[in-house]
Amino acid sequence: MVIDIKEKERKVNSHKKRVNLIFKEHDIDKLIEKVLKTEPEKIIDEIKDSGLRGRGGAGFPTWIKLKGAREAKSDIKYVVCNADEGEPGTFKDREIIEKKAEKILAGMMAVAKAIGAKEGIIYLRAEYNYLIDGLQKKIDVFNKKLEDMKFDFTVFIKSGSGAYVCGEETSLLESLEGKRGEARNKPPYPAQEGYLGKPTVINNVETLVYAALIMLDGAECFKKLGTMSSKGAKVFSVSGDTDIPGIYEIEMGMTLKEFAELFGDSNTKAVQVGGASGFCVPRSKFEETVIGFEGVPTGGSMMLFSDKRSMYNILHNYLEFFVEESCGQCTPCRVGCQQLLKGIESIKAKEKSKKYIDELLELAKNMKITAKCGLGQSVCNPFISIVENFREEIVY
Amino acid sequence: MTEINIVKDAVKKHGRKRESLMPVLQEIVKQENYLSEERLMEIAKEFDLSSAEVYGVATFYSFLPVKPMGENVIKVCQTIVCDMKGKEAVLDAIKDKLNIVPGQTSADGKFSLMAVNCIGQCSNAPAMLVNDKPYINLTYENVVKIIDEYQS
Amino acid sequence: MPEMVNLKINDISVSVEAGSTILDAAKKANIKIPTLCHHEDLCIAGNCRVCVVEQKGVNALKASCATPAEENMEIFTNTNKVREARKTIIGLLLSEHNNDCLHCYKNGNCELQSMAKDYLVDSDKYISILKNYEIDRSSPSIIKDDSKCIRCQRCVRTCAELQDVNALAVSGKGSEMKISTFMEKPMDYVVCTNCGQCVTHCPTGALVEKNYIDEVWDVLNDPSKHVVVQTAPAVRVGLGEAVGLDAGKSYTGKMVTALKMLGFDAVFDTNFSADLTILEEGTELLTRLKDKIENKKDVALPQFTSCSPGWIKYIEHEFPDILDYLSTCKSPQQMLGPLAKTYYAKSMGIDPKDMVVVSIMPCTAKKFEANRPEMYSSGYKDVDYVITTREFGRMIQQAGIDFETLKDSECDSILGKHTGAGVIFGATGGVMEAALRTAYEIITGREVPFSNLEVTPVRGLEGVKEATIKIEGCKAEWKFLENVELKVAVAHGLSNARPLAAQVQNGESPYHFIEIMACPGGCIAGGGQPMPVNNNIRKKRTEAIYNEDESLQLRKSHENPEVKRIYEDFLEKPLGHKSHELLHTTYTKRKKY
Ligand SMILES: Cc1cc2nc3c(=O)[nH]c(=O)nc-3n(C[C@H](O)[C@H](O)[C@H](O)COP(=O)(O)O)c2cc1C
Ligand code: SF4
Ligand code: SF4
Ligand code: SF4
Ligand code: SF4
Ligand code: FES
Ligand code: FES
Repeated sequence: MVIDIKEKERKVNSHKKRVNLIFKEHDIDKLIEKVLKTEPEKIIDEIKDSGLRGRGGAGFPTWIKLKGAREAKSDIKYVVCNADEGEPGTFKDREIIEKKAEKILAGMMAVAKAIGAKEGIIYLRAEYNYLIDGLQKKIDVFNKKLEDMKFDFTVFIKSGSGAYVCGEETSLLESLEGKRGEARNKPPYPAQEGYLGKPTVINNVETLVYAALIMLDGAECFKKLGTMSSKGAKVFSVSGDTDIPGIYEIEMGMTLKEFAELFGDSNTKAVQVGGASGFCVPRSKFEETVIGFEGVPTGGSMMLFSDKRSMYNILHNYLEFFVEESCGQCTPCRVGCQQLLKGIESIKAKEKSKKYIDELLELAKNMKITAKCGLGQSVCNPFISIVENFREEIVY
Repeated sequence: MTEINIVKDAVKKHGRKRESLMPVLQEIVKQENYLSEERLMEIAKEFDLSSAEVYGVATFYSFLPVKPMGENVIKVCQTIVCDMKGKEAVLDAIKDKLNIVPGQTSADGKFSLMAVNCIGQCSNAPAMLVNDKPYINLTYENVVKIIDEYQS
Repeated sequence: MPEMVNLKINDISVSVEAGSTILDAAKKANIKIPTLCHHEDLCIAGNCRVCVVEQKGVNALKASCATPAEENMEIFTNTNKVREARKTIIGLLLSEHNNDCLHCYKNGNCELQSMAKDYLVDSDKYISILKNYEIDRSSPSIIKDDSKCIRCQRCVRTCAELQDVNALAVSGKGSEMKISTFMEKPMDYVVCTNCGQCVTHCPTGALVEKNYIDEVWDVLNDPSKHVVVQTAPAVRVGLGEAVGLDAGKSYTGKMVTALKMLGFDAVFDTNFSADLTILEEGTELLTRLKDKIENKKDVALPQFTSCSPGWIKYIEHEFPDILDYLSTCKSPQQMLGPLAKTYYAKSMGIDPKDMVVVSIMPCTAKKFEANRPEMYSSGYKDVDYVITTREFGRMIQQAGIDFETLKDSECDSILGKHTGAGVIFGATGGVMEAALRTAYEIITGREVPFSNLEVTPVRGLEGVKEATIKIEGCKAEWKFLENVELKVAVAHGLSNARPLAAQVQNGESPYHFIEIMACPGGCIAGGGQPMPVNNNIRKKRTEAIYNEDESLQLRKSHENPEVKRIYEDFLEKPLGHKSHELLHTTYTKRKKY
């Protein structure tokens, strides 16, 4: 068994798509100097050229946000690092914060320089409070360094308090402003009106680190990796039924078949890509499914399920999660989540007929097009993908 | 009146602008484990908000409880990976040791138990936080030991 | 020229000002889109999602109330996709709802119900997830029933934006999210002013007035009781809507007839006591001015009006240190009550213990006011029951009265006559205008220097209105006011009252007299008036009030013959001993937090 695990790790680490950018040693001072010397437009151009898209889940082209915020007229602008990492099965940002916080800060600095922001805020989830002391020390050093270099940019930490939805960018802003984390109407987008109504760029931890690396080594180092629509690499959080759970930086574009071969075994029944709000891919579709924006997008959460797992229990657990973590303001999400949960329970208990599952599928589709924010819109991802692929486990 | 000072001190530290409300609420929870009615009212006063509004903000967040909590708060992850990997054993150990289920506080007021959502330790599931500290790769036995440590 | 945006809705071209929403554009094209969380008085929430529409080329639907119209947008409001989505949403709302329409206070006047009627959702579409909520009946004014709540947050926004009270807040998240008071305390314990604005802005039966209809029928049917009724100025301009007629007309005469048909033994008019209030409150103001200017005494000025009980409870909670600035006059309702149980009772030879005073008010706060411990100056509860215009409308329906065809009648005498000044109490600025008409004349012997007595600067829907009136040619006893520039301010909606009160608290108020009405628009849009309410309706009701004023012979309170008579017969003089006993009151400091 022990040998098996070692062997598996070796296989993963020697895979041709396995890369090491984020956790590699880099000369941070050089990085900071490079950012300092680069013109704002050049920063945006370089990031555009690299093809970097957001690593927080939505995959929005990073340069467009930067450009929007740069062009927004305001004396005060903000950079926010989204370290709320609440998606079940995701823990890569935690590891980056623990090990490579300097690179996050350099990435924030690059964004600040690009848009003209003087303040940066790291919104750190409360579950990671134990990282605050270590992170703060690094921030202090960084802030001091910039001060010495006469670059006007300061970073602060602000903590969450246990609400998954606060990872959604506008809920996050509300929370930063001392309010309930209820998502805002969009437009206006944060790049126009963000924190305290000022132009704000919000990026995921990992996005910021890649931005920093692109500043240091140029767009080429990034865009040479990955596929046409999914450039670069990504840090994956691998968990569930695997012998080698953990953090792996892998080039974009791997098929789920390759992935399951590396991390799973012959008993892998499905992989949940993108966390509770992502898609469940059954074994039969591993081969045709590419991990990336052209296939199944992911913020990095990869949960493997072996054939001993009940898909009903998995779906049930996800739905319980959404019932609790919805902000509750909009009808489709607040009530819809409860109905989906109640619905599968009732079918199981034979209080509702098997046909009721179709009503629930319709409901999930309607939630996708009517919910106010990404949370309610994405509940249909796990729901539909699990029900359609494992109908016999949900409807007996 | 050392009483009122805890809110005043927090406000001194974080400021009384609306953006400082969360840090102040967090500070009080850190010190007293929950937000009592009196504290919420004092905070409302400092921020010139209505008490209802402050209550509304606090109740949005799982980690800003408005009901009394024990000295140590155990937050057991209930989300899928931990659920698959033995969350039940963790809860059983706590039940056997402290006679509490999620939502309850032990009779001696030393421990409260919360079931929370994914705490970002999924590669080492099941996991829990005691106060802010994570504990991973839990089994019935090591949970018993961890509680013993907090009890002594 | 404002920048315009051109778009198409259901293939109809519309052009709207930049910044308008799709909903605004649809309105302009005369296309109706259903809404629930949207309310013209309030900021945009975008949370109910029933207003979704389809945009060509976009998969997700857009909440039309919360999405800006954009150039070249093509919007469709009635596709299958849109209808299915709306049906889903309404179905979801009903699934967490206590679908108790037949017993519901809002039956027939409920936005959720009318939407359910239009969209026909199957009863078993979803599983009921209604929770067990306890109905909060603690307040004498308002009932809060969470089982009827659709979480549109209109009440919360009303209480915050219009009233700046924030007694209600959103609490919890996910399935636990609901509308709460501080720590789920009973409504009568918290800072709620009972203004009822949340009630008139709630689309469902989750917030309604506490009704006393059965109690009133009971006393009407009790032969041992002598039941008198008073109606506030704003009731007559709202009542039409309550019985299904259009807004914007005053129905004083029909209203009196209806009251007599319902069986009241005497029909009085709160307009009468409004006139009386002017004499008391005006004299009080002049006395304070005299003490300040001539006697150099340290008196509380400016003087705030005190006829709006929502405002009274608000200032008691929010500014307990400046209660001295309030006029000590009771509201007109509470002046009429004790006069009925003393003066009128005596003149009719009725034992006041057998008398019941019912008042019909545009206001829910008046229910609370009638229950205040200070309001027993006749030796009995001065006003026994307060019902709103809406409850009154319902009694008319129950009695089977065909309101529209009623003939006019007049109020009963000695507490029933009124002037135009009393009438305009119903609209914001009206108390001020009435006071100026009388005070100016007392001081100078001449009419207030505005054409046709219309003190236009204090009229209208602007949040805070100001006027300065230079006093010239004073009578001998008022010489100290010669050339004084009397500065007055008027605010309606408590969020507009706050800055004026804060100025007073900080000793920075430039005014002599300030009128505050708790509800936006004044009593014409009080918390007890028919729904819906919006600025268009406020304007119509206000117009009706001013028309009634203009149509009257007597338009100054001091000319009211019955007011004159009551001073001669009973009260002696304004601020006299009897007045103090019956018509003035004291206030209570209350907790803000
Ligand atoms: C419910 C919900 C939770 C989210 N949580 C996170 C999160 O924890 N971390 C994150 O970076 N992005 C999260 N996002 C995505 C953010 O809204 C936003 O798109 C992202 O922070 C932008 O950064 P990026 O472009 O660098 O990915 C979440 C979105 C939703 C709808
Ligand atoms: S979709 Fe869910 S989380 Fe998002 S705004 Fe609606 S209720 Fe809140
Ligand atoms: S609130 Fe409306 S929908 Fe609900 S029971 Fe009452 S009338 Fe019916
Ligand atoms: S009655 Fe007025 S003060 Fe009370 S909750 Fe409603 S709006 Fe707020
Ligand atoms: S009480 Fe009424 S106004 Fe308030 S959220 Fe509920 S339904 Fe909406
Ligand atoms: S599922 Fe338990 S820590 Fe992530
Ligand atoms: S009316 Fe538009 S979302 Fe409620």
